[in-house]
Amino acid sequence: MTLVLAADGRPLKASLNRALRRQKLRALMLIAPLLIFILVSFVMPIADMLFRSVENEIVVETLPRTVATLDGWDSESGQAPDEDVFTALYFDMVLATEYKTHTRLGSRLNYEMTGISSLFRKSGRGVGRFDTDTYTDAIQAADPAYADPAQWAAWMADDTVRAALPMTANTYDAWAAMIIETEEDVPAEEVPWNFVFTSLYLEVTEGAEPPVALDLSGVPLVSLRDQFADVDEDWLDPEVWQVVKIYSPEYTNGYFLNSVDRFKGAEGAEVRPENEQIYITLFIRTMIMSGSIMGMCVLLGYPIAWLLANLPARKANLLMILVLLPFWTSLLVRTSAWKVLLQQQGVINDTLVWYHSTWFGQLLDPVFMGLLNICYAFVNVITWVWNVINGIWGGTDGLYMDWAVAGFERLALINNQTGTIIAMTHILLPFMILPLFSVMKTIPISYLRAAKSLGATNWTAFWRVYFPQSVPGIGAGCILVFILSIGYYITPELVGGTKGVFISNRIAYHISSSLNWGLAAALGTILLVIVMGLYWMYDKIVGIDNVKLGG
Amino acid sequence: MVDNQSAFVAFERVQKSYDGEVLVVKDLNLSMPKGEFLTMLGPSGSGKTTCLMMLAGFETATHGDILLDGVSINNIPPHKRGIGMVFQNYALFPHMTVAENLSFPLEVRKIGKSEREEKVMRALGMVQMQDFAGRRPAQLSGGQQQRIALSRALVFEPELVLMDEPLGALDKQLRETLQFEITNLAHELGITTVYVTHDQTEALTMSDRVAVFDDGRIQQLAAPDELYEKPQNSFVAQFIGENNTMDGVVQQIQGDTCIVRLDSGDIIDAVPVNVSEVGQRTQVSIRPERVEFDRTRLKEDAHTLKAEVLEFIYMGDIFRTRLRVAGKEDFVIKTRNAPDQRRLKPGEMIEIGWLAQDCRALDA
Amino acid sequence: MKTTMKLMATTCLTLSASLAVADGHMANEMTIVSWGGAYSSSQENAYHIPYAEMTGVTIINDESSAEAVAKLRAMNEAGNVTWDVVDVVASDAIRLCDEGLALEIDFDEQLAPGDDGSTPTEDFGDLLVSDCFIPQIVYSTTFGYRTDLVGDTAPTDVCAIFDTETYPGMRSLEKRPINNMEWALLCDGVAKGDVYDVLETEEGQAQAFAKLDTIKDSVIWWSAGADTPQLLADGEVVMGSTYNGRLFSLIEEQDQPVAMLWDAQVFDLDGWIIPAGLTPEREARALDYVRFATDTQRLADQSKYIAYGPARASSAPLVGQHATLGIDMAPHMPTDPANATNTFLYNYTWWADYRDDLDAKFQVWLSQ
Repeated sequence: MTLVLAADGRPLKASLNRALRRQKLRALMLIAPLLIFILVSFVMPIADMLFRSVENEIVVETLPRTVATLDGWDSESGQAPDEDVFTALYFDMVLATEYKTHTRLGSRLNYEMTGISSLFRKSGRGVGRFDTDTYTDAIQAADPAYADPAQWAAWMADDTVRAALPMTANTYDAWAAMIIETEEDVPAEEVPWNFVFTSLYLEVTEGAEPPVALDLSGVPLVSLRDQFADVDEDWLDPEVWQVVKIYSPEYTNGYFLNSVDRFKGAEGAEVRPENEQIYITLFIRTMIMSGSIMGMCVLLGYPIAWLLANLPARKANLLMILVLLPFWTSLLVRTSAWKVLLQQQGVINDTLVWYHSTWFGQLLDPVFMGLLNICYAFVNVITWVWNVINGIWGGTDGLYMDWAVAGFERLALINNQTGTIIAMTHILLPFMILPLFSVMKTIPISYLRAAKSLGATNWTAFWRVYFPQSVPGIGAGCILVFILSIGYYITPELVGGTKGVFISNRIAYHISSSLNWGLAAALGTILLVIVMGLYWMYDKIVGIDNVKLGG
Repeated sequence: MVDNQSAFVAFERVQKSYDGEVLVVKDLNLSMPKGEFLTMLGPSGSGKTTCLMMLAGFETATHGDILLDGVSINNIPPHKRGIGMVFQNYALFPHMTVAENLSFPLEVRKIGKSEREEKVMRALGMVQMQDFAGRRPAQLSGGQQQRIALSRALVFEPELVLMDEPLGALDKQLRETLQFEITNLAHELGITTVYVTHDQTEALTMSDRVAVFDDGRIQQLAAPDELYEKPQNSFVAQFIGENNTMDGVVQQIQGDTCIVRLDSGDIIDAVPVNVSEVGQRTQVSIRPERVEFDRTRLKEDAHTLKAEVLEFIYMGDIFRTRLRVAGKEDFVIKTRNAPDQRRLKPGEMIEIGWLAQDCRALDA
Repeated sequence: MKTTMKLMATTCLTLSASLAVADGHMANEMTIVSWGGAYSSSQENAYHIPYAEMTGVTIINDESSAEAVAKLRAMNEAGNVTWDVVDVVASDAIRLCDEGLALEIDFDEQLAPGDDGSTPTEDFGDLLVSDCFIPQIVYSTTFGYRTDLVGDTAPTDVCAIFDTETYPGMRSLEKRPINNMEWALLCDGVAKGDVYDVLETEEGQAQAFAKLDTIKDSVIWWSAGADTPQLLADGEVVMGSTYNGRLFSLIEEQDQPVAMLWDAQVFDLDGWIIPAGLTPEREARALDYVRFATDTQRLADQSKYIAYGPARASSAPLVGQHATLGIDMAPHMPTDPANATNTFLYNYTWWADYRDDLDAKFQVWLSQ
């Protein structure tokens, strides 16, 4: 191939690229505000949510020393950790209490084990009153230099002292930082607190060399383990420590395990007791109910969309307004309207009761009952035969007869799954109708006519010719409705009773009530993955090119 | 003409109204023998497509009967009429391949698979499209789609095929090829065809007979040559081919000729078609190619008119000359580009005339 | 590329500028968050209007109390707290305080002393359940019943909810374990003082659930305060739990055939918190507002508009008549001695611990 040159002698390709690059740059500049907006308002929150589902820095940030020393504790021992861990906990707890982060950690760990919240709250109040003031008094009595803030500051600036007393240096630094930040005082003007003296005492008794010689032989050891146990006996419970240890890493899969009815035990994932298993049930229920809602929307939406696409413009416009009406009324108003309609003393049930009381109803009810009983009898026979084939003896299930026997009671149409499906179908129907309509609008009537002229009956013409061409609209509508219904929580909460609620209701609860955002994020992430999985499956089976939101 | 009993397709006093106020088809009577290629020609809104749709069964007649093979089909649904149809936009099913499209009418007729395949290939063979059996309609050109649509309408061997402006969307050259193919096929297979178009050339070249529609009525139903040469009224005369018209009053009728005094006062010879008495107003019509300006070629007693050449247009095969005649400036004559043909020059004064039978005195 | 950078920078600037405008806390404005409806308007009348007149501060009302905890946390994480004072229930206040999202209050320093000379700590007494929470009203969750549907024997005992034989029909309970678990145990023979000890054990929880099981099929679970009054008005339920103020308006203002059951009603508190992380000026103004709005007279004033009892003991004698109905409000207060013969004290700290756990179990139980 010969190199084609542009008029100015450069290679044509380079010239073209140059021209295109400028165009691209200009296009990029034009969309930049939108791009940034989407990044800031859409991508970043989602990324943040995904991150929250594994993030767990709070433990190591609040109790850094405890987490470090806890490494040496054998969680299998069945014993609470030893004095060292409690010493570290003491330092961490005093600081956390001052920073007011201990209760926050308590709430966090309370998600994993009931009672830790008040354990931390109580201990926060307790650590200030520990008997470690005996160390302070003894050390200051032994040499008054230890009561001089300036002297302390000088020591802690001296590398040899720091090298001799590493733990004291560490606690002093933490104390000093805390004094500056929370009390807004100058460390060099304040006598260090008891816990700094505690670390000094511990190091000196271990044989370290203090800056001014100290004789602490007569000072008895204050067991911090006992001190904590005095505040709350739960500190001696190895299970509490196990939770702390399990959740000490900065990242955890604990939230995800919780989302699938497992918990993070010492040995890894373990199944939760049966009376705490809820999420998998809810996930499955959400999928099944969203599927039913989607199916109802197709069944109801298809004929409406067909009418919309084929009626004369004036009538179609009127119908379109009716279809869009749900969009223009507030969600709560619509849901309340359904309540009025569906409840036991509601319009539908009242009408049914009235119908059963009329002579027409009285006449037809026994007929209807009879037919129903024949159906039930038929089902019973099939069940019986099935049971016999499978070798199950014990007759048939009486359940089938229940409704017929109960007769025509007021129907439970709300505060159960029926209520959720009815109300949600109503709310989401436009999302099915609109894509269907816009696809159907592009299917000319001549296809149906052609099919009929070729000898197809109305049904065949519809099923073989019209329907396949409307499938992209159904696909788009289904995806929209399914994804929207998976995420709905207000309507199920209001009309779903106990069995008609979705996983999103739990997510909402954890976001706004329990503040367990990590778990909410994990549940949300799983939902996202499921939706993407379904989308992928749809792509594989139907092909995503076959989705049309419009002609 | 065929009488309704032996006719294959017949419309008997058919009327159609969509809104109950206006009749789109007014008292239509038409009968077709088997094997005829009949074209319904007319401007849009003339009722021709409505007639076709009534025949196909997609519209119902408000009044009157439509007979197919002597049986009224008013109450037979379209899919039982067994009529093949080709639509304006082809209406090939986009989600099926060409072969599937063709096999569709056979499937709904519950024809076995092997027979189906054989018929499909044969039908594709008729339009030389065997190689495209596996393609989707969207992958075909307009002409190819048209061929497929045609073969789909024929594949189940209907006796009657309806075509609704099937060539409307194609370019001129392709249209001409296909016109030829369609007529050939129709005659070869002996199919009765009703063809709807608004293109008069198409109508004239393809049809055995043409029904010219206007205002919900058939204005004239005749073979193409008759239609062209002997239009029954001024609408047909105007609609088919080019025409010069002049208004006047009948002065004298003698058998099959008459004398008309034009509004300009000139006297001309004509054939009385829609006029029966002296003093009646009339519009005379004469084809441009039938006007003579060589006195020697006219009858001796023929009336002539004075004309001034306004414009001479060289069109290759013919010359087209615009004249001022009897006060009108749009009088056109056409002459063959023959070696001895005289080329008129603008400003030249000539005398024109015609054979009385070429000039038709029609309704005013 | 340079242009793009410039454009990006401009966009960022514009964005942050618009955020700043949205934040636009003018010097003389404060945002007070509450529950909306009749409750907010009682606060408007009793606190906001007089305070605005006195100081010239413009008060912006926000009705987000139901989501206050989550929103405050989000604001705090974003470092941009736009609320000045927030009305929350005590349990939420405890949570906010634990999370470090609410300001700790020095009650004796920062609140007004009682009219009778008592210190705030004495005046509020044991209603001070959290360091961050300034109690405002005492409300109770109690039962209302349809007088026309209960037959001849009107219920006098909370255990009527478990008596489906005498009182057939549906009842409404709140869709959460709190209160329901306690009532279940009380009606299953557990002494009032032992309820939380029993509920702490697996067996106790099972016992409570078993008791609730007996009426599970005849319960409509509510999640919004307006549900039970509506259900009672429609005759959907025979009896149902809700806040006493809601029942008051149903009975006295809407004249429905409903009566209130003052037995084992659960006392709960609603009050103010001030978000942590305000600028010193805003914090000072919020404290000033709260000091004003929780003094003896102001708390008594609020009870003119809504049937919730003032949180200060010193306000009780000042409770007068309803502002429009003209009836004495004292007999409708949950704190009235005649109503408070058998009340149940809600244990906030216990629930702070057990809420997550029991809520999960409650949800499982519900969905079975």
